[in-house]
Amino acid sequence: MNPIEIDARGLRCPLPVIRLAEAARAAPAGAWIVVLASDPAARYDIPAWCRMRDHALHEITEVSDSSGSAGPPGESDPPPYLRFVVQIRPQRSKAGGAGSGSERSSRAR
Amino acid sequence: MLPAARTTLLAALDAGWADPRRLYAEGRAARALLDQAREVLAHGLGARPGEVSFLPSGPAALRAGLEGLRYAGRRRGARLVATAVEHSAILTTGRYHAAAAQDPSLFAEVPVDPLGRVDLSALQQAVLGPGTVLAAVQSANGEIGTRQPLQGAHALCRSHDVPLLVDAMASLGRDATPEHFDVMAGDARSWGGPSGLGVLVVPERTRWRRPGPVSEVEHGRTDVEPMVALALSAAEAWQQTQANHVDQSASSFALVRRLRAAVGDLRDVDVVGDPDDRLPHVLTFSLLYVDGEALVIELDRRGFAVGSGSACTSSTLEPSHVLAAMGVLTHGNVRVTLPLNTIAPTIDEDVSRFIAELPDAVAAVRAHLGASDL
Repeated sequence: MNPIEIDARGLRCPLPVIRLAEAARAAPAGAWIVVLASDPAARYDIPAWCRMRDHALHEITEVSDSSGSAGPPGESDPPPYLRFVVQIRPQRSKAGGAGSGSERSSRAR
Repeated sequence: MLPAARTTLLAALDAGWADPRRLYAEGRAARALLDQAREVLAHGLGARPGEVSFLPSGPAALRAGLEGLRYAGRRRGARLVATAVEHSAILTTGRYHAAAAQDPSLFAEVPVDPLGRVDLSALQQAVLGPGTVLAAVQSANGEIGTRQPLQGAHALCRSHDVPLLVDAMASLGRDATPEHFDVMAGDARSWGGPSGLGVLVVPERTRWRRPGPVSEVEHGRTDVEPMVALALSAAEAWQQTQANHVDQSASSFALVRRLRAAVGDLRDVDVVGDPDDRLPHVLTFSLLYVDGEALVIELDRRGFAVGSGSACTSSTLEPSHVLAAMGVLTHGNVRVTLPLNTIAPTIDEDVSRFIAELPDAVAAVRAHLGASDL
């Protein structure tokens, strides 16, 4: 199965996580989602979302893609971004689900 | 600022306007007031008056503390160690020195656990790095409330002969005064005093030396003359805050506990920081699918002034380094700091109203992003 790809580059927090959550809601359990994001908060917030929603984060890679630009390296390069690979796990029931705050605070003790 | 501190500030502007270094009567009066303020604060901080200097702010005192330890240790090396959740006055200075020397090993940032507490074995490893001249550990983190293990940090620093610099800005006046440090910095605002006054405590046993030419000001620890009225107002605020410190702490602690429980019942929330071993008056939480800036504005519209560590609320568009170091959600972040009861006599009702209105405010902001049912 091909992974679902979400290009959230240029979107500011919390939009990359919202796009990911929308895709995750529609995706079957076990599906793979690749997210591209350039917002600095995504580096922390996508792993936090995976933890809160009990999905698996497999990979974070930093991409600085200068291969496509014709001119000299520097100003014309597209800005660097992060690539996240997430696998969707089956969701538990909504009530007292994986993201509930009380569970987090009890886990924090 | 406490009402009594304001009254003192205004009165001291009249009584202590003169230059305390002058020998005429007005100058001697100003000197007497400055000495009096220093004695009060030194006593409160467990120090001698000669060990306490007034600087223009807490962060300025903290940075001066760092530079003096660094300079005094220059023959041993130039490596600085700090927790990853220290004040930016420490982190930016450490990174600056390492970058200026083009040697990344000259600044080590020690990781924290998910509650924001420094890992003492990692601190020990960092302090063992050759040429380490100081370790900076805050008494507690003002953004998330978690206390740091100062006693353990001081013991391990001592065993390696590395001085411990303690940022007590978040604790002083609200929590127990730190006892384990080699240099300590604080800010009068934290105990209900005026802004524009920091304190630097350098015990006699500590090897500390200010870089640059010798100064006659404030025991040679700054070249900025403190404003006498600010120092006196800060001393008055300290006395007021200490007089009901125990009751104040207990009441703030209970209110934050109530807030933590209520906030934890919201959907998709990370309640941040240690639930027990923490400052009494700070609560931080992050909400999934919430724009931090929009929530701060929505709460402000409802009459609540809260802070946020989310990227969209900062001028740099970078999220809070504290939240990032802990690995918690950085967006939708809200920081509630409870004022002193003397300043906010209706705090109980205010907290109840906050608890009642927060779910609506969050729902409104989530709906705006189309994230209500995610």
